Amino acid sequence: MADRETDDVTGTETTGHEWDGIRELDTPLPRWWLWVWYGSIAFAIVYWILMPAWPGVHGYTKGLLHHSDRADVASDLHALDVQRGAGASMMRKASLEQIEQDPKLQAYAQQVGQSVFGDNCATCHGVGGTGGKGYPNLRDDVWLWGGSLQDIQHTITVGVRSGHPGQRLSQMPAFGRDELLPPAAVSDLTEYVVKLSGRPADAAAAARAAPVFAEQCASCHGVDGRGMQSVGAPNLTDGEWLYGADRTAIRGQIHAGNGGVMPTWESRLSPETIKALAVYIHANAGGQ
Amino acid sequence: MSFWKHHAKFERHSLWLVVGVLIVVSIGGLVEIAPLFWLQGTIEKVDGMRPYTPLELEGRDIYVREGCYLCHSQMVRPLRDEVERYGHYSLAAESMYDHPFQWGSKRTGPDLARVGGKYSDAWHRDHLNDPRSVVPESVMPPYQFLSNAELDYRDLVDKMRAQRTVGVPYTDAEIANAKADLEAQADPFSTGAVALRKRYGAKVVNRDFDGDPDKITEMDALVAYLQMLGTLVDFKSYKAQAPENQR
Repeated sequence: MADRETDDVTGTETTGHEWDGIRELDTPLPRWWLWVWYGSIAFAIVYWILMPAWPGVHGYTKGLLHHSDRADVASDLHALDVQRGAGASMMRKASLEQIEQDPKLQAYAQQVGQSVFGDNCATCHGVGGTGGKGYPNLRDDVWLWGGSLQDIQHTITVGVRSGHPGQRLSQMPAFGRDELLPPAAVSDLTEYVVKLSGRPADAAAAARAAPVFAEQCASCHGVDGRGMQSVGAPNLTDGEWLYGADRTAIRGQIHAGNGGVMPTWESRLSPETIKALAVYIHANAGGQ
Repeated sequence: MSFWKHHAKFERHSLWLVVGVLIVVSIGGLVEIAPLFWLQGTIEKVDGMRPYTPLELEGRDIYVREGCYLCHSQMVRPLRDEVERYGHYSLAAESMYDHPFQWGSKRTGPDLARVGGKYSDAWHRDHLNDPRSVVPESVMPPYQFLSNAELDYRDLVDKMRAQRTVGVPYTDAEIANAKADLEAQADPFSTGAVALRKRYGAKVVNRDFDGDPDKITEMDALVAYLQMLGTLVDFKSYKAQAPENQR
């Protein structure tokens, strides 16, 4: 290796390397850069001492500050509980009816309900709660499992066909698919159901289906077809159809007996939140 | 400064340079990554974790094949707003049978670590078939073909063997009964479901996930996988505040 020497033009030392007469300048690093670098090293050492850093054989260095993300989030959540404590305890103490009647409690429930609904319920029931095919409309006065405050609270808590031990459970038979009724009887029943909802239907077919309806359907949907909320059987006379109003949809429903699933919210939402949500839904619908 | 002159040796022999680079780079890996494989405390002690059932494993492969991870992470971070929205923050134990893991912070769509049980099977079908039919503002592409594609699980046993090679504790019985277990889980009236639950736990539900009782489709597998996500660990028995579980 050649000796280091000073370059005449720049006054900077060379590295001493030389290739075919070309020599390389050893320009020093900019001072600001060097100090930032030294500063970073110093910061790293302080960080190692204060924060969890180095793994070992049985654990890792915890650092003088004993920092823990999990402890932080626990205290953040606790702070949130404290902040919501007053509201939550109001929700806990008051009955559903009191919450709905007291303007202050009602306003609180509306706020909580709106945000919880948007986060959890709107995905199925729609942002405005108007539902869709297979997802009940929560803004009208038609209720499958009951529209009282208590009914709504219970449905949110246990869900429908959710697997919760106390779930709301019923199952419409698949009369066509499982061959409980011949196809002709399913067609006749379709006419009968269309007639029930007050629309023009094939009178002869409906008459043929009347005894079948009384035998197979009336136990849940009622002799008059007005449904039964204790088993979630819809009213067939009200012009409100979960799976569609036309003959194809009604026939399909008699054929396959669809029943929707609503999850249980017991493990995701606190009882106070469910109360507020029930009041929110009840107040924004034609509740019963 | 004669010590620094030794650097010239590395500069003049490419082999020494390669060896030197390897040593320096591996120090970082050895210090930062390797201990995590031996530290007892890395994976929390929890109740309820189990390997995926065969149907869920196939569903997971479809999830990876379709690149769901490009928009959805499976990691609830320990931050207040995330815990408020999604539920308990994710534990290391919850992804201990994941090869590869699905962590991330890329959230074009919501995090899916706790999506299991949040929606009905019918909702998942509607949503995968046509996302905007249930979430009008969604930017997710439709995956309607999954409902029509029959699930090809001829290589299921090999997949489970491969998982066992990388550390998933599938038993010989689980591997031997893989196909029967897969078919049992997709059939609500299966007689094999009792044996399935005996192997994978009482919480495993056998039902017709895709609403089509005639065949086992990729939709069956994917929905079965999604409905299990984040539901395995029993958080009632998990001590989040215990010192060994603080990170």
